[in-house]
Parts: sequence; structure tokens; C-alpha cells
Amino acid sequence: MNIVVCVKQVPDTWSERTLRESDSTLDRDAADAVINELDEYAIEEGLRLAEAHGGEVTILSMGPDRATEAIRKALSMGADKAVHLVDDALAGSDLLGTSAALAAVLGQIGFDLVILGSESTDARTGALPAMLAERLGVPQLSYASKVEVDGSAISIHRLADYGYDTVEATLPAVVSVVEKINEPRYPTFKGIMAAKKKPVQTMSLADAGIDPATVGLANAASEVTGWAKRPPRQAGTIVTDEGDGGAKAAGFLAERKFI
Amino acid sequence: MIGFSLDDEHEALRRTVRDFARQAVTPVIGEFYQRGEFPYELVTEMGKLGLFGLPFPEEHGGMGGDFFAFCLALHELARVDSSVAITLEAGVALGAMPIYLFGTAEQRERWLPPLCRGERLAAFGLTEPGGGSDIPGGMRTTASLDDGSWVINGSKSFITNSGTAITSLVTALAITGRSDDRPEISAIIVPSGTPGLTVGPEYSKVGWCASDTRELSFSDCRVPAANLLGERGRGYAQFLRILDEGRVAIAALAAGLAQGCVDECVRYAGERSAFGHAIGHYQAIQFKIADMEARAATARLAWYDAAARLVAGEPVKKQAAIAKLTAGEAAMANARDATQVFGGYGYMNEFPVARFYRDAKVLEIGEGTSEVQRMLIARELGLGRPAR
Ligand SMILES: Cc1cc2nc3c(=O)[nH]c(=O)nc-3n(C[C@H](O)[C@H](O)[C@H](O)COP(=O)(O)OP(=O)(O)OC[C@H]3O[C@@H](n4cnc5c(N)ncnc54)[C@H](O)[C@@H]3O)c2cc1C
Repeated sequence: MNIVVCVKQVPDTWSERTLRESDSTLDRDAADAVINELDEYAIEEGLRLAEAHGGEVTILSMGPDRATEAIRKALSMGADKAVHLVDDALAGSDLLGTSAALAAVLGQIGFDLVILGSESTDARTGALPAMLAERLGVPQLSYASKVEVDGSAISIHRLADYGYDTVEATLPAVVSVVEKINEPRYPTFKGIMAAKKKPVQTMSLADAGIDPATVGLANAASEVTGWAKRPPRQAGTIVTDEGDGGAKAAGFLAERKFI
Repeated sequence: MIGFSLDDEHEALRRTVRDFARQAVTPVIGEFYQRGEFPYELVTEMGKLGLFGLPFPEEHGGMGGDFFAFCLALHELARVDSSVAITLEAGVALGAMPIYLFGTAEQRERWLPPLCRGERLAAFGLTEPGGGSDIPGGMRTTASLDDGSWVINGSKSFITNSGTAITSLVTALAITGRSDDRPEISAIIVPSGTPGLTVGPEYSKVGWCASDTRELSFSDCRVPAANLLGERGRGYAQFLRILDEGRVAIAALAAGLAQGCVDECVRYAGERSAFGHAIGHYQAIQFKIADMEARAATARLAWYDAAARLVAGEPVKKQAAIAKLTAGEAAMANARDATQVFGGYGYMNEFPVARFYRDAKVLEIGEGTSEVQRMLIARELGLGRPAR
């Protein structure tokens, strides 16, 4: 099975994240960069499927030069090879641009199964897997907490408030995973050393046959027109229990639609 | 010129162990520590991560790394917790390393693979109730050959990893005869469960509370003659090498603890406020933390230097002693200051700095006291040999 796992490098959620004054995009240099957390689950699932059914795991990452760190880590976890889509013209791409670019590369390199994390910790839209499936014209199996492959049949448990739905499709397909699905492995030193020798193919827009007019900040369909720092946390509401504390607390939560 | 930046692979390893320590060790270690319980699950995870096999070649089930990589792992673990770090240190540097360095092909094949995977642990028994600094003066344990077996009698104190459920062996140093009126010392592998070997209860320790330390006694304990490790009569000489390496490893662990104190204090100094400001606003606190950082950085450079020499095959005795001395004292000083920065919370067991405080002292004692390190440095400088 030819499995492609999409991996995004994001600023570490442990470090302070800020937007740039100049163009309202994330200041990626100011923070430590790591693999998007859910993508580690996607990599793990890819590796497990390849171990169980045979095949290869390819990492696909779109991002600046620095994203090679994330690619190396994915390779040191055990993926076989990687494709790095890197081009200055891609900076600031929105979901439309990103999904178009990734779809173009996927179309070129081919796949049986594409696995992604269900969202990234920086943008948090959670829409990319669906848009990618649409562009590729293949079924999407999103929010998977379990994946099973049997020949060309694939089925997942889709996590829902009430439990899960079982969703089935035929390969090729796009799957997005949630963190319940597995426990990602840490790379071993042997894996780290082996990753040095694994092939990483870099592709530019031209290599992937992507029209520069469809990507980048200038061609984004949405625009950040303004932003503000999160206001400092307000003092909490104190509920005094006069025998009705439970009801008051529940009322407070219900008012804010938490329950 | 020389440089001390890590190459990409060692940096990737450092980050991996750092992530593991933060994600897997931090949340659970306090509970194990307070209960004085050995954290088997964590040791298994460390095994899967390949930490126990770091400095050993792949043919023995190792990771094909080097001693520097192993020290880096200790450093990063000890930034978060020393109990798991010492379990790794003793398991590798004292337990598996002698077998790798001095073992026969059969001994390596039999013992190393499960040790490298962290599924089993090995211990090393040098110290005795009569003294740990003065070897062999304080040694009483004997072994004699009888009908194709070594018969061992005596006892060993403070032996790390010797009583866990996954301990597979202890390498015991014993007096096997006399030549030129000096004791002849040899190393003998004693598998766990050998009749005549009694493993004492876990000591009640000031620190390292989630690690395993026991007293061992040998009473007509018989093992096959083939369990001799290395050459007969070379036991002490062999172990001088093991101890040099062990000192570098302990230095890395101590430097990690010293750095962990800085990590905790930098965060806390920004969070805790008094008299209208974060305490980090006050120069008294800033200077304390600046001194801590200076000590941690010095300790790190000292073990980097010693470990780099070791990997390059250069003489390392003096640098190892300097690293152990510098880092052990840095750890103790930083732990004391970190507790002060945390005030009353620093005295509460549930805060990491309280653990650091309790764990730091032994770093000036184990694998050679600070006095012994000074003796070694002085001897390397050609100053008078200490009296036996
Ligand atoms: C938690 C823990 C784990 C340990 N794990 C192991 C292990 O796995 N295997 C093992 O073999 N050992 C282990 N040890 C033992 C440790 O290595 C010894 O405790 C240490 O070497 C000191 O020996 P000692 O305790 O006998 O002290 P002593 O040798 O009795 O020393 C007492 C004091 O006298 C000082 N001193 C001694 N000689 C001189 C001198 N000539 N000049 C000046 N001062 C001197 C010492 O520095 C010290 O301050 C462990 C110890 C602890 C506490």
C-alpha cells in the first residue's frame, strides 16, 4: 500500500505565539517549530498500516526550508521517504491554495491512502482534509479514531459526541485522524541515524505544475484585516452554595452552552 | 577552533528524550517518588525508546550510538527526574558496559540483548559495608574456585538496580586470591536468583526514591567458573575504566539536574508575585538564577569535554573527575538555591525542586565522593599519592 502522510511544521504550543505586524501572518521565526501534534498520530497510523499490510510511507510537507526538521523527525520515526514542497511563492497560502498545492503534488506522486491530522494547532480550521479529498476526487473519512484496511476496502470509526459512526469507503481515500487513535512512537537513535540516509525530494511550484496565481498570500481568498491580543483573564464568578450551588453552577455552564 | 554545538543527530536525540521526559515522566514520577516505588512502566518505555542500548552496537541489540549520546539522554532525563536517570545510568554504564567491554562472546550474547532493550537490568557490586572509597582496602568479599564453581562469600552495600523484578544479574567484585601479598580482585557474574545470594529490602533513602538500591549478601553462593568476567586478577584494573566512564555519565546527570533547577526557577520567577511584582523582577532573585545558569552551563561544558575525549579514545581520567566534581557541586548548589526561589513550596514534596533538593546530595557521594575526585585530580597533577 502506498501511504502518504501530510505533515505540517507548526510553532510549539509551549512557546509564545505572535502575529507579525507587517502582514498579520504567524511569526514562525519567533517560536520553536515542531511537527503538528495530530500529524504525529497520522504518521504513527501510517507506519502501523504499512507494518500490518506492507507498503511504503511517504511524508509530504509543504513549508519553508526549516520544515526539513519536521520531515527528518517523521523519517526518524520510520517513514520511508519524503517530498518537500518548498517555494517562496507559497508563503501565506490559505486553505484553498494549500489544498490545491498538496493535491497537485499528490496527483504527481500517486497514493492509495492519504492520512492527515484532523487539524493543525496553529490555524485550527480542520477543513484541509475535506478540501483535499474533494480536489482529489476521492472519499474522505474524517475524524478517525480507528482505521481498518482490508484489501481495497477501508473503514474507520468517526468520533462523534454520542460515540462513533462506522464509515466505509474504497481506496484510494483520504483519512484524517484524532488523537484517540493511537500513541505515537518516539524516534530511536537508530531511527534518527537511518533518517539521514532516506530520500527527501524537494519540489518547487514549477516542479509540481502548480499555477503561482492560485497560491500565496496575495491570492488568498480570505484576509486578516485586524487582530488584537487576547484580553487578560477576568476574575472568575464565585457561586455561593446556599443549598442550590449545583443548580447555579449548571445554570452558569448552560448559559455559555457548555452543557 | 573547537566547538561544542551538537550535530543534527545528537540534537534530534536530545529533543526526543526531552519530549519523552516532559510528556511521559513529568506527569507521573512524583507519585512513584512519594510511594518509593520503582516505575517499571517508565523503564519499559525508556527501553522502547532505545535508551538502554544507546552506546552499544546493533549486533548486540544496541542503537549503534556512542557514549556521548548516552550522556545526553541522562542529561535530559535528569532535567526532569533523577530516579529514572540513575536507573538508566547504572543499568548501562555499570551494568551492561562491563559485559560489553570485558565479556566473552557467549556472555555478551546471553546477557546483552535484553539489557539493551531495557527489558532486563544489570547491577554492579563494588561498594561494601567496610568502605567504597578505599578499594581494595575496604573489600572483604571473597570468591574461591571449588569443583568448577566460584563460591562467593561477603556483602555489598548500596547496589543500584540489584533488586528489581527485572534484574538479571549483578557483577560482583571479589578477592580471588593474593599475589605479592596484595589482594587479587576479579569480577564475577552472579545471575539473579542464584542460591546463596540474598537481596536485602529497599533502603529508605533521602533521594532517588523511585530507584532501586539494595544490600546484597553472598553466602556460599556458587556460580559456574565460566562466569568470571574478564581476566582473573584484572577486576580492579578493568573497573577503573568503568568508573571513569561512570563519572562522566554521573556528571551529565548532575548537570541535567542543575539545568532542571534553572528551568523550574525561570518559570516560577515569572509566575509568583510578591510586593506587587513577579519575584523575577527583583535583582536578588535574578542574580540567584543567573548564578544557577552559570553553574549549569559550566557543568555541561565539563561533561561535554570529558565525554568528547572519551568517544575520541583520549585519556580522560582527569577530565572525568573534574566533570563529576564540578557537576555534582553545581547540582547541589542549584538545588539549594532553587528551593529558596520557591519558598515554602520548594519544601513540599509535590514540587519538582523539592525532589531536586533531595536528589542532589548523592551526586557528591556516589561513583566517587567529591573528596575522591579531588584526590584523582591531584594525583593526575603529580601531587603525592594518597596513602592506602
Ligand atoms: C544511592 C546510592 C547508590 C549507589 N549505587 C552503587 C552501585 O550501584 N554500586 C556500587 O558499587 N556502589 C554504589 N554506591 C556506593 C557509592 O559509590 C559509595 O557510597 C561511595 O563511593 C562512597 O563510599 P562509602 O559510602 O563507603 O564512603 P567512605 O569511603 O566510607 O567515605 C566516607 C567519607 O570519607 C571521605 N574519604 C574517604 N577516603 C578519604 C581520603 N583518603 N581523603 C579524604 N577523604 C576521604 C569520603 O570522601 C567521605 O566523605 C551507591 C551509593 C548510594 C548512596
